[in-house]
Parts: sequence; structure tokens; C-alpha cells
Amino acid sequence: MSDNASRGLKPKHQRLVLVVIALVAIVGAGFLAAYALSNQASYFYVPADIEADPPEAGQAIRLGGMVENGSINTAADGVTVEFVVQDGQARVPVSYTGIVPALFVEGSGVVAEGAMRADGVFIADNLLAKHDENYMPRELEGMSSAELREELQESIE
Amino acid sequence: MIAEIGLAALWLAAALAVLQLIGGFVGARNESSELTALVRPAAVLQGLLCAVSFLALVYAFAVTDLSVKLVATHSHSMKPMAFKLSGAWANHEGSMLLWIAIMAFAGGLIAFIERRLPEKTMMATLGTQAFVGIGFYLFILLSSNPFERLSPVPMEGNGLNPLLQDMGVSFHPPTLYIGYVGLSIAFSFALGALLTRNVTPEFARVMRPWVLGAWIFLTIGITAGSYWAYYELGWGGWWFWDPVENASLMPWLAATALLHSASVLAARDALRTWTIMLGVVAFSMSMVGTFLVRSGILTSVHAFAVDPERGSFILALLALYIGGALIVFALRANTIAEGERFSLLSREGALVVNNVALSAILGIVLLGTLYPLLTEAFDVRVSVGPPYFDPVSAIFFLPMLAILAVGPLLRWRKDSFDRIRLPVIIISVVTVAVLALVLALSDIGVLPLLGMAMSVGVAVASFMPLRGRAIRRVPLAVWGMCIAHFGVAVGLFGIAADTAYQKERLVAASPGDTVDIGPWEATLASISPVAGPNWTAMQGDIFVSYEGGPATETFPQARSFWAPQGETSEVALVTRWNGQLYVALGNMAEDGRWQLRLWWKPFVTWIWYGGLLIALGGALALVGRVVGDVRRRSATQRGEERRAEEAALVAEPAE
Repeated sequence: MSDNASRGLKPKHQRLVLVVIALVAIVGAGFLAAYALSNQASYFYVPADIEADPPEAGQAIRLGGMVENGSINTAADGVTVEFVVQDGQARVPVSYTGIVPALFVEGSGVVAEGAMRADGVFIADNLLAKHDENYMPRELEGMSSAELREELQESIE
Repeated sequence: MIAEIGLAALWLAAALAVLQLIGGFVGARNESSELTALVRPAAVLQGLLCAVSFLALVYAFAVTDLSVKLVATHSHSMKPMAFKLSGAWANHEGSMLLWIAIMAFAGGLIAFIERRLPEKTMMATLGTQAFVGIGFYLFILLSSNPFERLSPVPMEGNGLNPLLQDMGVSFHPPTLYIGYVGLSIAFSFALGALLTRNVTPEFARVMRPWVLGAWIFLTIGITAGSYWAYYELGWGGWWFWDPVENASLMPWLAATALLHSASVLAARDALRTWTIMLGVVAFSMSMVGTFLVRSGILTSVHAFAVDPERGSFILALLALYIGGALIVFALRANTIAEGERFSLLSREGALVVNNVALSAILGIVLLGTLYPLLTEAFDVRVSVGPPYFDPVSAIFFLPMLAILAVGPLLRWRKDSFDRIRLPVIIISVVTVAVLALVLALSDIGVLPLLGMAMSVGVAVASFMPLRGRAIRRVPLAVWGMCIAHFGVAVGLFGIAADTAYQKERLVAASPGDTVDIGPWEATLASISPVAGPNWTAMQGDIFVSYEGGPATETFPQARSFWAPQGETSEVALVTRWNGQLYVALGNMAEDGRWQLRLWWKPFVTWIWYGGLLIALGGALALVGRVVGDVRRRSATQRGEERRAEEAALVAEPAE
């Protein structure tokens, strides 16, 4: 890239060098993006997936399911909430420190962003609850359906 | 009645677009055709008709005409007037009408005032503009009619999503749309120039102000959107790499690259093919953004309706326009002769690197945004967030900053390192000194550290191009460049400082409790219920003081709306020059204490000041270019008149 290097080149080659640099950078960006995506994308799990194939502790994931009835517990500090997310097949305990969304209630769908701790508790950094018909986390589509409620009922009985 | 006038105006405008399309492309082949004379009036009239149509919708919202379905489903008679008006475009149909209105208006504007290019190129440009317009007219008239009537007329409307009942919504979508749709002008100019084989510096000079204008609005729109998300969502963040945010960032990146490459084409007649390509890409990114946001494949506060039919329609338009433009590009690109050559170490060389870096970032953001949609096709659900976007885009952003600092110092065509050695040394020393200082004083992450050091370096560098010039004679466009680059530095400093030094506390407090957060002390005095026109809220009364100074009273609220139902958090912000205290009121804990979430965000406001400075720089450059152009044109005209007079004087005696 230095002036000395370019001075030695014929004009036609300079253009070629520019095109090559541009191509290398763009292709490099593509590969870099592909590599980073395979590592950094956070996968969506339901409790059954976690039971079947637990993600590494500390790996960023999203956990979706229904908040188990009677499981919400507020800790003594007043800002930490512990609850259980279940999908009818498995249960995952979740701990969240923060302000819960308005429609976060027992028996409703929730998506938690965070990571598993080594002891099997999911530490949530963020909670997404179904907001209204027009605005809900995409992963909850179908999850609040009648089927899932039935499954939920069965699991509780 | 008003609604019918609005709809009729829209149909008429669509018909005029067809006329403009035919006339434009006939005119591009054969200038002397009679149809050619109709093209410009058709474009102007179309702009006016769309304005009428849009005003008709705003009127329907203003008077809450519930017989119009859109008003009934999105408005409410109890809503404050400002939100009634902004409600006209805070929904799918209304926002598409705003889109087409801006598009037609911009098309009318170029038809009315732009006379510098050869008429054939102008005709092809206006024809392309009409071609793009027709697709959106069809979309709105066939699948998203905003004026549809409702029978029987309901007693009351459904109201507007509470998150959208905010002044930000009055402001953010129109500015963003002017930016998005303004880029359609660049798209049409690029195709017009390509079709008539007229890719010249003159073309770049004509296109540049339009790109600049769109880019300024895009910059303001993104800045406003970021601030809106920051204070309205109550999450304390100003950028979430949400697909919808990315949808606005991608056209901005492309437009920024286009702006710089158009400068090279205008000044040096180089980068011809590349500039055309960017013109196509920039508006394509606007359309991709619209598709992502409006098709319902993403769910967010922006996805007003989940309707697969509309999604397919926009996807078809997208394929037609982007695919068509790329085919024309592929067929015609080889007819563009190679532009002027330049050395790698030159202003052009630096701008090429800047363009490559911007394109790489654009590609990275695009891939990250589309990746979840891609994997979903294979039934794997993923989300892509900051752990991907932050480091990967930084790999290209940080080198780009180095080029941003040095590039403006270089001369066109060819330069030597010796000439710019001193300023480069100054910039490097400043950057390294800040790096060392920050490293010594605090322990922060690599990216914020580099960001902070480079922001100071860029801030110093941004005014270096003024060195050795008579300040009074510096052209406005150069001032614009300096200020915009300085804005980048200011924004970056805010981002780095906020990321590195923000403090967050989450507590459950009872009245009388005091909470420390960074240099602040916050005392909760009381919590009481309050009511607004269409909401009720719990309101905290909190006294905050900075480093033991005088206390300021603030009132964060947790609001409940009833039409439609929804909750929002109205945060309390205390702004100082060096940052903002952010207080959000949460829920009541079981024991009667209230959750409070507080952030001390050092220099966070600089992020938006930076955005505004960038836009201001753009505005100065725009004014400078336009004034310069008008002067040049009137000078040329005077020169011609004088020559004609002289010729007449010379000619007379001979007779």
C-alpha cells in the first residue's frame, strides 16, 4: 500500500491491485461473518432441548416456554425473580434480576435471554413476555396455542 | 367524502405514473416525441396528487372519522391531537401512503427543477422513477388501501399501541422515510445514466445533492429512532442491533459510501461503475429494509400487521426492482469507459478504502440480519445480537476511522507521504497518548478502549484539512466535511464512554430510601397514582443530586393505557454535559417496596449530538454545493449573454 510499492506498478496494475484489495476485503468480511455467526448466534431452546442436549455453561442462548404455575418467587432483595420454565416435557429453573415485563405471569409464555449456569440454573439477562397480539417475541408463536396449554395442563395434573 | 378524494387522487397519481413511465422511456430513445413534453408535468402533478391523498388521510385521523377502517383500528377519539396526527403514519397502510407520497413528491421535484442533465438521461431517470412508483401504487391500492370504509361505523376506535404514543413517532418515521425514499432518486439517476450511457462527472454533480439530502434525513431519522428506543423502552440501551434498526442502518451505510464515491466521480471522473452500483444498492437496501419491517417476517413494534400476502407482494417488488437493476447493470456496465486513473496514496485511494470498509460493514450487518431468517427455513431458531455485530463490524470500522482521519489530508490523484507526515504524526501521537492514559487510569474492554482513543484522534484529525487555509475562504462543503467527521468522533466517544463506564443499579426501595449510583445519590420521596388523557400511572417522586450538589426532583412513571391496553415505562432523565442519569420505575414487590432501575451513563448524550453533527455537516455541504452550483450557473449564463451581445455588436456593422 505504500507509495513506493505503487510507484513501481504500471497504471493498469494499480487498478487491478485496488480491485483485488476490495475483493479480498469483501470476501474476508463474508468469511469472518460466517465464522462469527456460527459461534455467536444464540440458539433457541425449549426445556426439552436443554434436557436432551444441554448447552455449555456460559453459552448465550434463548430459552422459551411457559412459566410454571406457582413457581414465581421473589427473592429478599425485591428485584430477583426465580421461576420455572417448562414445556410439558422438561423443567428449567430460571433466575432473573431485573424488572419483569408487565405481562409476565404464571402460565404465560416467556422467552429468556441468558446462559445456563454450571448448576443447571438458567441465568436470564432479559425477559421477553408476550406483549399483545401485535407484538410478541417471535419464538412464542404457536407456543401460546391451545395445544401447548393442553400440554401444560397435562403436565400439571 | 374526504377519504374518497384521497383514494381518487391516489388512483389518478398511479395513472399519471403509467403515462410518465411510457413517456419517459419513449423520450429516452427519441427526444422529439410528443410524449416527452408530458413527462415532467405528469411527475409534478403526481407529487401534488399524492400530497392531497396524504393530507386527506391526516384529516381523517385529525377528526377521528371512524367510518374509515384504518382510523377505527388505529385511533381513538380520546387521544391527544399530536398523536392523532402522527397516528396517520404509525400503521402499515398510512406509512406506505407516506412512502409513496414522499416518492412522488421527490420525483415531482426533480422533474420541476433539474435541468442540467441531457434531456434523454432525464427522461430515462423519470421513467425509472415512475416504474418504481407504479409498483408501490399497486401495492398500496390493491393490498393496503388506507381509505377503506367500515360499515357499520363503530362507536369508538381501537387506539394506538401505547409505545407509539410519543412525540418520537411524530418525528422519527417521516424523517427516516424521506431518507429511505429519497434514495429512490439516486436509484433512478443511476439507472437513467446507465441506460443512456451518460455516466459523467456532471451526472455525479447532479445526483449528489439528492443523495446528500436523503442521507441527512436518514442520519436524523436513525439518531431520533435511537433516542426514542433509549427513553421509551426503559431498557437503558440506545442500539440493540434489532433487525429493524439494522434495516435503517444498511441504507445509511450504502448512502454514506455513495456520497463519497459520487464525490470522486464529480471531482475526478473516476469510480464510474462503482458509483452506479452503489446508487442501485442504496435504494435496494431501503427496499430490503421495508420488506423486513413490513412483511411480517419480523415481529417488532414496527411490524404493524402480519400478513403473508403483503410480504409476498413486497418480495415480488423487491425481486423485480433489485433484480431488474442488477440485470441492466450487468448488461451495461461494460459500456462505461474506464475513468481517470489514480495512485493508491491519494484522496481517491483513501475513499476507495472507505467505500470498501463501508461495504464490508454493510455485508456483515446484512448477513447477521438475514441469518436468523435463513436458519428458520431449516427449522433452527437463532438470534444474532451484539456478540456478533460489535466485534465483527469493529474489525472494519476501526481501520476505516484511521482512513477517515488521514484521507481528507491527501491530494487528489497522487500524493506523497512526506507531505502529510507532520499531521499524521500529530494524530498518531494524540491517539496513542489517549490510549495509554485511559489504559493507565481504568480497566476497560478492548473495543471501548480503542474507540475512545480513536475518537480523540479523529476529532483532532477532522479539523486538520483546515490547516494552512485562510479560514474565511474555506468552502462551505469543506466545513461540512470537517463537521461531519467531527460528529463521527463525538458519537464514537459517547458510545465508547457509555459502554466502558456506565453504572447500573437495580433496587427495591421504600419511600425515604436513598440509593447511590456512581456520582449520584437518589432519594425516593413517594410513589403516587396519576392520570393522563388515556392512561393512568404510578409515579415516583425522586430527588437526585450529583456529587452532593443541589437536588433535582424527577418523576419516572409506570403507565397503563386502556385503549388499547398496554404498559409503558416513562423514564426520568437528568442530563448533564457529561452524561445522563436514567431512572425507570418498575413493579411493586410483594412486600410493598418499589423496584427502581437506575443508570449513570457518562457522555451518552454525545452519541446523539454526534449524529446531529453528522447531519449538520451534511446540511452545510448541501448548502455549499447548491449555492456554488447556482452561482456557477448564473455566471455561465451571464457569460453567454455577454458573448451573444458582443457577437451581435460585431455582426451589426457587417450588415
